[in-house]
Amino acid sequence: MNTPSVIPGLTLGEPINLSRRRFLASTAVGALVIGFGLPLGSARVQAAAAAERGTQVPAFLEIRPDGTVRLLSPFMEGGQGTHTAMAQIVGEELDADPATFIVEAAPPGEAYVVMENGMRITGGSMSVRMSYPVMRRLGALARAMLLQAGAEQLGVPVAQLTTQPGRVVHAASGRSLGYGELAGRALDMPVPDPAGITLRDPSQFRWIGKPVKRLDAYDKSTGKAQYSIDIKVDGMLHAAVQHAPRLGMTVGSLRNQSQVEAMKGVHSVHVLPGAVAVVAERWWHAKRAVEAIQVDWQEPTADSKVRGMPADFSSDGFRDFLAAQQGPARDDENEGDVAGALKNAKTQVEATYHNQYLNHGQLEPPSALARFNPDGSLEIWLPNQAPDLFRADIAKRAGLDPAQVTLHSPLLGGFFGRHFLYDSASPYPQAIALAKAVGRPVKLIWSREEEFLRDVLRPVAVVKFRAALDADGLPVAIEAVSATEGPTEAIAGKQGEKLDPTALEGLSGKSYAIPNKRIAQIYVKGPAMLGYWRSVGNSLNDFFYEAFLDELADKGGRDPYELRLHLLRDNPRLTTLLKAVGELSGGWKRGPYTAEDGTRRARGVAMASPFGSHAAVIAEVSLENGQVKVHHIWEAIDPGSIVNPAIVQAQVNGAVALGLSQTLLEEAVYVDGKPRARNYDLYPILPPSRMAQVHVKIVESGEKMGGIGEPPLPAVAPAVVNAVAQLTGQRVRSLPLSRHTFS
Amino acid sequence: MELRINQKTYQVDADADTPLLWVIRDDLGLTGTKYGCGLAQCGACSVLVDGNVVRSCVTPVAGVVGREITTIEAIEADEVGKRVVSAWVEHQVAQCGYCQSGQVVAATALLKHSPAPTTAQIDAAMVNLCRCGTYNAIHAAMHDLAAGKESA
Repeated sequence: MNTPSVIPGLTLGEPINLSRRRFLASTAVGALVIGFGLPLGSARVQAAAAAERGTQVPAFLEIRPDGTVRLLSPFMEGGQGTHTAMAQIVGEELDADPATFIVEAAPPGEAYVVMENGMRITGGSMSVRMSYPVMRRLGALARAMLLQAGAEQLGVPVAQLTTQPGRVVHAASGRSLGYGELAGRALDMPVPDPAGITLRDPSQFRWIGKPVKRLDAYDKSTGKAQYSIDIKVDGMLHAAVQHAPRLGMTVGSLRNQSQVEAMKGVHSVHVLPGAVAVVAERWWHAKRAVEAIQVDWQEPTADSKVRGMPADFSSDGFRDFLAAQQGPARDDENEGDVAGALKNAKTQVEATYHNQYLNHGQLEPPSALARFNPDGSLEIWLPNQAPDLFRADIAKRAGLDPAQVTLHSPLLGGFFGRHFLYDSASPYPQAIALAKAVGRPVKLIWSREEEFLRDVLRPVAVVKFRAALDADGLPVAIEAVSATEGPTEAIAGKQGEKLDPTALEGLSGKSYAIPNKRIAQIYVKGPAMLGYWRSVGNSLNDFFYEAFLDELADKGGRDPYELRLHLLRDNPRLTTLLKAVGELSGGWKRGPYTAEDGTRRARGVAMASPFGSHAAVIAEVSLENGQVKVHHIWEAIDPGSIVNPAIVQAQVNGAVALGLSQTLLEEAVYVDGKPRARNYDLYPILPPSRMAQVHVKIVESGEKMGGIGEPPLPAVAPAVVNAVAQLTGQRVRSLPLSRHTFS
Repeated sequence: MELRINQKTYQVDADADTPLLWVIRDDLGLTGTKYGCGLAQCGACSVLVDGNVVRSCVTPVAGVVGREITTIEAIEADEVGKRVVSAWVEHQVAQCGYCQSGQVVAATALLKHSPAPTTAQIDAAMVNLCRCGTYNAIHAAMHDLAAGKESA
């Protein structure tokens, strides 16, 4: 994912010199030692030089007297394991066992901009790969400070000292000091010059590259982990909302306000932009009361600031509208002579594909807790993937300076792209307004139904393919024209000067040696609010491309696995990967064949190269009562190099689950401008019974580190669909498969 | 009304039809039990009532008066629950973790009734939704538990 335009508010403040700051007064357990205000948007703001990123050691680390290391992570933990990875990376260089770490999300602030692209977000599968060298250096800087403190305390030259996990050691005298004992003195150490820091030789790694246990596994197995929805503060009231049935509609009048105000537990009833709210002592009372409000909703006015949802919008109708678009199209890739190759081709192949809208469906419904303090400052707890952007927006909405906003970012109960800054799709503006109105802290939880009404959708596209095969049945030209709106341009509200890379990624950027190719977009702005969904454009575009590629193989009389190997013959990295997945599956075998249990099965293959990594998938399917059953997913993934193989395995499993969900059964259907489903009853997500067995092969090519949260997803759908085509002879050109009948 | 939760007695002032979930979370502050859907679709709100798994988001509080309720907060006080937690950690099941309270409770209920469940029994009992896709890890943990394999 390349999302520069989503981060307009992320201004980079001049780094504050923290080098003389005390390195954590750790006398009181749990003492917060950060909290310096950073200038945001001031005239002094300028990009931090890459060399200085992540060098403000005291902003990140607290070492407690017992040796526990508290790390403030620039990245949010939402299941992807990034907090554990950060502990591994920092711990490796600090020389402290990751198991001794407590990792929490850092507040907003320039100090935590550690990614090589100058952003601070948790998304695009960027956290580890974009911060790896900087976070290693951070650990090494802290270690150097502890060594210096140890030298002073022991009265020996620093050169005579070394460390072992959690301790500074003077081998000559046999003396040693725990990091916790040194933290007090280390406070006074200047942060050393980063240029003079030597990092550990990777061959000596103890934790990086190892299946280190997640730091949060126990808390998450015992209900101790706290999410935004669980936070409470003294004097807090609860709130629930009822949104307008269509975005853009406004509140006319409330027909029964006084009756609702008289309902049990109700504190007050409020009218908000496009919504009504009830504040109550208990959330259940607030929810019951707000659902009882009879609202006269008004149609959107012409000057509506939000993207109004028309009363006649339907997802099927919009798909037909996309399919009817003739252009103009803008080229993203155009190589060779596609028109000429098509004209002269022995065989031409054409097909039209489309996908479906999707909800995020993260299990934790969105919430926000807002508290105005007596000094006028605002404290707020909410799920987010971009704290600086959120704080800037919160400050703007509350009419405060960003320095007056304290943003807390608890664990995310799943995200998958849900918690970026999307206008009208988050509860915090409402929570702020309500807290202001009632003069008490307010926690607003969106019910599942309100969440499904306001969640941003994964985009849809209709893609028209044309391809040319030569006399040997090999593809010599491919053209894909996608009628779509990418999520980044949707959030911006308009098409940029350049094409939105999130619209076409997965159609563009393919590695197959097809000499003539054209990938283009017809930009079609639609009424639905769109957002990022795990693996973003690749989640649809690799399905289109890889399924169509199998059509070309069939048309040309070629085996799809062999065809891919042929088209990748000059690409050793992808050839290795494709062979690895073939081997993992016990050797490429397309079928159909009869399995031991008597079922007829077939296999399909597909590849994808998203977010700096590469993936190859083989799926095995059968039919069960007319429904596609996916038995096995074999996935080989090459992220260059990795930090935690166990977490990579888990992420592949998770991505496969979401990939199967969108392939088999998931779809956000709109009729008359409204979502048909407002809960999991009519919006099914993958249940355990539809999960496949997942087999993972991690290929570490040693190339530049890639992402891991999203890359395993996109090749799942086309591998399944290609297997289904081989099994049934039915070529499926749209998702989900639950829309199709098989026999 | 009087509720027995995690071996303690609580006096609760709630309407009879208030879902048990919201009494547990808001009145008693036991937030380990999660709200996911409010419609008994996802199972994040699973608790034990007299050893049986129920979805507290659709269970009226009046219906559990006089019964013994166990939430995730007390799951390790139960011998079987403790084994389940241990297996969950051993298999590194949790990703975001939001559904895992309910998964652990559902697993505990199954194993209390059937200490060595078959695969079919596991499949029939472990139906809570997980958006992170931890199903295979859950399955592996359940098979260890069913086989009596103790985690380290």
